[in-house]
Amino acid sequence: MTKAEFRTPTGGRIDRGRPVNFTFNGKALQGYAGDTLASALLANGIHLVGRSFKYHRPRGILSAGSEEPNALIQLERGNRTEPNLRATQIEIYEGLVASSQNAWPNVETDVGSINNVLSKIFVAGFYYKTFMHPQSFWMKVYEPVIRRAAGLGKAPVEPDPDFYDKMHIHCDVLVAGSGPAGLMAALAAAKTGARVVIADEQNEFGGSLLASRETIDGKPAADWVRDTVEELKRFPEVRLLPRTTVTGYYDHNYLIMAERRTDHLPRGLAPKVSRQRLWKVRASQVVLATGAHERPLVFADNDRPGVMLADAARTYANRFGTLPGKRAVVLTNNDSAYQAALDLADAGVAIAAIVDLRTQLGGPLAAQAKQRGIRILTNSAVTATYGAKRVTGVDVMTINGSGESVIGAPTKIDCDLVLMSGGWNPAVHLFSQSTGKLRYDDALACFVPNVSMQAERSAGACKATFTLAGCLAEGAAAGAEAAKAAGHGEGEVPALPSVERTEPQQPIRPLWVVPSTDLVGHGKAKHFVDFQNDVSAADVLLASREGYQSVEHLKRYTTTGMGTDQGKTSNVNALAILAKSLASPIPQVGTTTFRPPYTPTTYGVLAGRDVGELADPARHTPMHSWHVAHNALFEDVGQWKRPWYFPQGSEDLHAAVRRECRAVRSSVGVLDASTLGKIDIQGPDAAQFLNRVYTNAFLKLEIGKCRYGVMCKEDGMVMDDGVTTRLGPNHFLMTTTTGNAAKVLDWLEDYLQTEWPDLRVFLTSVTEHYATASIAGPKAREVVAELAPDLDMSAEAFPYMSYREAVVAGVPARIFRISFTGELSYEINVPAYNGLYVWEQIMRVGAKHGITPYGTETMHVLRAEKGYIIVGQETDATVTPQDLGMGWVVSKQKPDFIGKRSFSREDTSRSDRKQLVGLLTEDPNEVLPEGAQLTATADGHPPIPMIGHVTSSYYSETLGRSIALALVKDGFQRMDQHIFAPLGGKTVKCAVTKPVFYDPEGVRLHG
Amino acid sequence: MADTLIRQGGATRFTQAVASLGANTGNGTRLAELTPPGQINLRGRPSDPRFVRTVGAVLGCVLPLNANTVTSAAEVTVLWLGPDEWLLVTPAGEETALIARLREALGDIHAAVTDVTGNRTRLRLSGPGARETLMKGCSLDLHPRGFRPGQCAQTLLARGGIILHQIDDAPTYDIYPRRSFSEYTWMWLSDAVAEYQR
Repeated sequence: MTKAEFRTPTGGRIDRGRPVNFTFNGKALQGYAGDTLASALLANGIHLVGRSFKYHRPRGILSAGSEEPNALIQLERGNRTEPNLRATQIEIYEGLVASSQNAWPNVETDVGSINNVLSKIFVAGFYYKTFMHPQSFWMKVYEPVIRRAAGLGKAPVEPDPDFYDKMHIHCDVLVAGSGPAGLMAALAAAKTGARVVIADEQNEFGGSLLASRETIDGKPAADWVRDTVEELKRFPEVRLLPRTTVTGYYDHNYLIMAERRTDHLPRGLAPKVSRQRLWKVRASQVVLATGAHERPLVFADNDRPGVMLADAARTYANRFGTLPGKRAVVLTNNDSAYQAALDLADAGVAIAAIVDLRTQLGGPLAAQAKQRGIRILTNSAVTATYGAKRVTGVDVMTINGSGESVIGAPTKIDCDLVLMSGGWNPAVHLFSQSTGKLRYDDALACFVPNVSMQAERSAGACKATFTLAGCLAEGAAAGAEAAKAAGHGEGEVPALPSVERTEPQQPIRPLWVVPSTDLVGHGKAKHFVDFQNDVSAADVLLASREGYQSVEHLKRYTTTGMGTDQGKTSNVNALAILAKSLASPIPQVGTTTFRPPYTPTTYGVLAGRDVGELADPARHTPMHSWHVAHNALFEDVGQWKRPWYFPQGSEDLHAAVRRECRAVRSSVGVLDASTLGKIDIQGPDAAQFLNRVYTNAFLKLEIGKCRYGVMCKEDGMVMDDGVTTRLGPNHFLMTTTTGNAAKVLDWLEDYLQTEWPDLRVFLTSVTEHYATASIAGPKAREVVAELAPDLDMSAEAFPYMSYREAVVAGVPARIFRISFTGELSYEINVPAYNGLYVWEQIMRVGAKHGITPYGTETMHVLRAEKGYIIVGQETDATVTPQDLGMGWVVSKQKPDFIGKRSFSREDTSRSDRKQLVGLLTEDPNEVLPEGAQLTATADGHPPIPMIGHVTSSYYSETLGRSIALALVKDGFQRMDQHIFAPLGGKTVKCAVTKPVFYDPEGVRLHG
Repeated sequence: MADTLIRQGGATRFTQAVASLGANTGNGTRLAELTPPGQINLRGRPSDPRFVRTVGAVLGCVLPLNANTVTSAAEVTVLWLGPDEWLLVTPAGEETALIARLREALGDIHAAVTDVTGNRTRLRLSGPGARETLMKGCSLDLHPRGFRPGQCAQTLLARGGIILHQIDDAPTYDIYPRRSFSEYTWMWLSDAVAEYQR
C-alpha cells in the first residue's frame, strides 16, 4: 500500500520484503521494516501530521531525527498510549496505532485553527499579559479554556502495563554517538583493552553514514559501518547500546542513558524484558560524538507542510528510500544543501531551483549542480510560500545590497517540497551539561565546545568538524586519548580508513531572517523560529523591544526553546535575531542553559522498579507472619511495619485498643518489641563511655541491673532514651528507640572515633539478632515462669530493673524485667531465627490467662497513663530533660557528659520554658486532638498568645476518661490551674496536672 | 531444645531456605535463600599484633586486613567489614563454640566478639546473569577487573543495605541482607533475575 511514487525503486536501509501494517489517524497504511513512522508517512505522501501549539497551523515533518519540533505523535491507545513522541524516531512495527495531537475534530479540519486568524492577540508574553486580570477569570476561563486549547498530547490515565528497570555500569570510555567519529573513537579505545560503552539513540549504529553515499575504504559507508560494528562486537570489553540516548551528563563523569528495549516491537510481546532501561554510567573518560543539527532558515511562512530541512530530505531518500516530494525548491545559505539537492535529484526528485542567499558561487558541489542543469538563483530569497496543508509553490526575489530587503518582482516557482539549510549547529548539549564552556565561531556561524570542565572530549560534527575524513581522524584520536587517560594504551591512533578527498566548503552567509517584501511583524506572513511553540521572529523582536533582552528572559517570555524539543532547531536562530536587534555580537548574548534530559524521558524509566512493593522496603520482624495471620493492622515506624492493633470481629481502633488495654491492666498482654534498637557495647572503658553519653550515672550500675537513660545532643536537648543493662564488668546492652536505632549507633561511633579515640570501646548492632516479646500485666510472671521453669521468678530473686539469662521455651534467652506500661513486665529476647517459635509458645502458655497481643496504639495509651515520654512525640529537639520534669535523670555530680554545658545557658536554664504537664479536660469524654494549641484564656480576639500544644492524647480505658500530655510554657507553675484548647468551633477547658495519671507510686511495677 | 529447632529463614513468605544451591544443570541464573549461617561480629585493633595473631590461630586462617577481602578456613569464612570489624560466617550452630574459643583465647585483649547470627540472612545468586542482576541495583563496579571471588563489600542493593561476597566466577554471590530486609531483598532479586531465568 506504500505508494510507489514516493519510494525509490531500490536502495535504502528498509527491508522491502517485510511490509509492516500500521494506522495513522485511523487510516490503514503500510511501510517497510526499517522505516520510521515519519519515513513511512512520507512514503504514503503524508506530510500534514500535526497542528501547531498555539495557532493550530498545519505542520509537517521537519527533520529526520530527535530534534523534530513538529511531528509529535500520540502513539498507541488505552493503557499504553504515550504523547509527544517524535514520528522521526518511532520505528514502525506491525499493528502500530498513531494519531496526531492538538487537533479537533481532526488534523485535516481543526477548529482551533481560528487561533491563526486571531494571532495578533497571541503575541510574545501572551500568558503574562492576559492572565494578569481579572482575577476571577483564573479558574473560569484561563485555566480550563486557554490552557487546554494550547496543548500537546494526552497523558495515559490507566496504569502502565509495562515495566522499566535500571542498570549501573562503570567503564573506561563512554562514547556518545556512533557516527564516523563515535565508531572510530570506540574502535581506538577498544584496541587498548579498555572497557568501552558506545551508545546511540538510533536503532542502528552509523549516524550520518546511514544516509551517506560516500565511500570508506573503497566500500559504501554503510558497509564500513557494518564491518566496524562487527569488529567492535568481537572485543569482550565493548558494550554496544543502540536505541540508547545519552540524556544527562552530571558531575564526576556520571551520566545517564535511556535505552528503549522493546519500543520497536509490537506491544506486550516480551513480558520478561523491561520496556526501557535507565543506565547509570560512571565513566573514567567520555568521548562526545553527538553530531550536528541542521538549522532551519527563518523566512516568510516557513512552516507549511512540505518545508523540510535539506539534509533530512536527503536522509529520507538515501536511508529510507522515501521521496518527500516530486519537485523541490532548495533554499540555502551554505554548501551542504547542494549535496542534498544532488542526492535527491539522483533519487528522482526534480530540483526546480536552488535559491542561494549568498552572492557568489564556488566549490565543486555548486559546479556539479550547475553541470546537471539545476537552476541556481544566487543572492536570492524565498519571500513567500503557497499552499495550505502542503506547500504548492514559492516566490523568489533578489536580495538588496544590505541583505535586509528584497528588490524587483517575485518569480513564482511551483513545487511540493521546500528544502532549507541555514547551516549546522554542533550538538553541544551534553558538552554543555557537563558544564563545558562554548565559543562562538564566526566563520562557521555556530557555537563550538571550547573549555572542558570534566574528563571528556568532543570529536566530529559536534565539534564543528564536518568532513568525513576529519570526523574519522578526530574520533580515532579522541578514543585513543580517552583510553590512555583511563589507563589503557599509549594513545596510539589506529590506522584511518581511506576516504574521498573533499574540497573546502564555501563560506556561509548567516542571514538570520531571510528578507521578504514586508518587514518582520508587518504583513500576514510569519517567520517561524520555534516551530513547536509557535514563536516567530516578530515575537523575538517584540520581546526585545519590551525589554526582555537577556536570552534567559527572552526564552521565558516568548517560550522559545521551551517545548519538548528544547529548541534544538530554534535556539541559535532566536538568540541571533535577538543579538541583531540589540546590535550585540552573538557571543555576548550567549545561549540559554542546556539541561538534561537531551530528549524527553518517560517517568517509567526514571522510576524503574521502585514502584509498588519495591518502592520502599517494608521491614518485618520475625513474628510478622503471625501478626498478619491474626488480623493485625500495621503502623509504619520508619520502614518497620509494627502491629498497630489487633481488631477482633467488627472492632474499630477504639474498641480494640480498649480491650487490649483492659487485658494488660487486668491480666496479661504481649507486644512485639523486636524493632527497638539494640547496641552491644564492650570494652574496658564501656562504663565510662556510657557515663559520658547519658545524662545520668552509669559507672556504678551493677552487673545484671538495668537503668533507664536519656541522651542529649551537645545543645542539651533530648535526642534518645532507652534502657541499658550491664551484662558483665565490661559489657553492656543499650536499647534505643525504634526510629533512632541507626542514628544513635552512628552518633556513638562518631564520638568514639573522633572525640574519644582513647576510650577502648567497641559497638555492635544486635537490633536484628534478637526478637523481643514484651509480656506485661499482673499475670506476666505466671506466663514467664511456665516458659522458663528453671528461673527463680520471685520478686526478690528477679526484681524490677534487673536482667537474667534463662532458657525460654527451649531457647536461650535474655529476660529484662523492665516496663513501658507500668505493669509487671518482662522483655524476652531470643535469637531472631527462633522468634516466631517462642512467640507461639508464649501465646500457647498464655492462653489460659487470656493473653492478648497488643499493638503500638495500646502501648502508647498505657505509657501515657504512666507519663512515660516518647522521644519525637513529647520532644522535638527543643526539649531538655528538665523540661520533661525529668531533672532526676540529669546528674549533678558527673564532671561531664554530652549536653551538660548547655544546661547552664541562660535560655536552657530559665524556669519558664515549655514544660511537660498532664491535661484533664473538663468533659471526661472529650479527647483533645494531638497538636492542639493551648491558650491561657478562653476568650479574647485573635491573635491570642499560644502557650503550648498537646503532645499526646488518648481515651484511657483504665481511668474511664480522656488524658493528655502537653508542653506548656511555665507549665510546672500552672499545676491545678485551667488552660484552654481553642478548637475552631469550641474552646475546651483543661485542668493542668502532673503527667502521671496512674499508679504514681509504681506499686504495680514492683509487684 | 534450641538446636533441634529449625532456624527460620528471612524470606519464608516466598521460599524455603535450603542447605545449598546444588549443581547447576542448565544455563539459567538461580536464586535461593540458604539456611541462615552462624554469624559472629568481631571487632578489634588491627594494629595490635596479639589480637591479629590470636584470632588467626583460633580461626585457622589469617584475618583479612585489606579492605573488602575475604579469607577462609575449613569451618569459617572471614569478611572484612571495616578497618576494625569483621564478620565470621560459620555453619549453622557452630557459632556458639567459636565465640567461646575466641573469647577464651583473646582473654584481656581489647576486642568484641558478638553473636549476630540473627542479624542477617543469606541469599545466594549464581549463574551467567548474576552480575547483571546485581548491576540493576548496586552502584559498585562488579566487573571482574574490579570485584572478584574473595572480595566482599557493604553496599546498597536497590534500597536495602547488604553485605555482598563473591564466591566464584560463575559468578556466584552471597548476599546478606538485614533480616528485616530479607523479604524486600528477595522480592527485588527475584524480579531482577527473571530475565536471566528460563
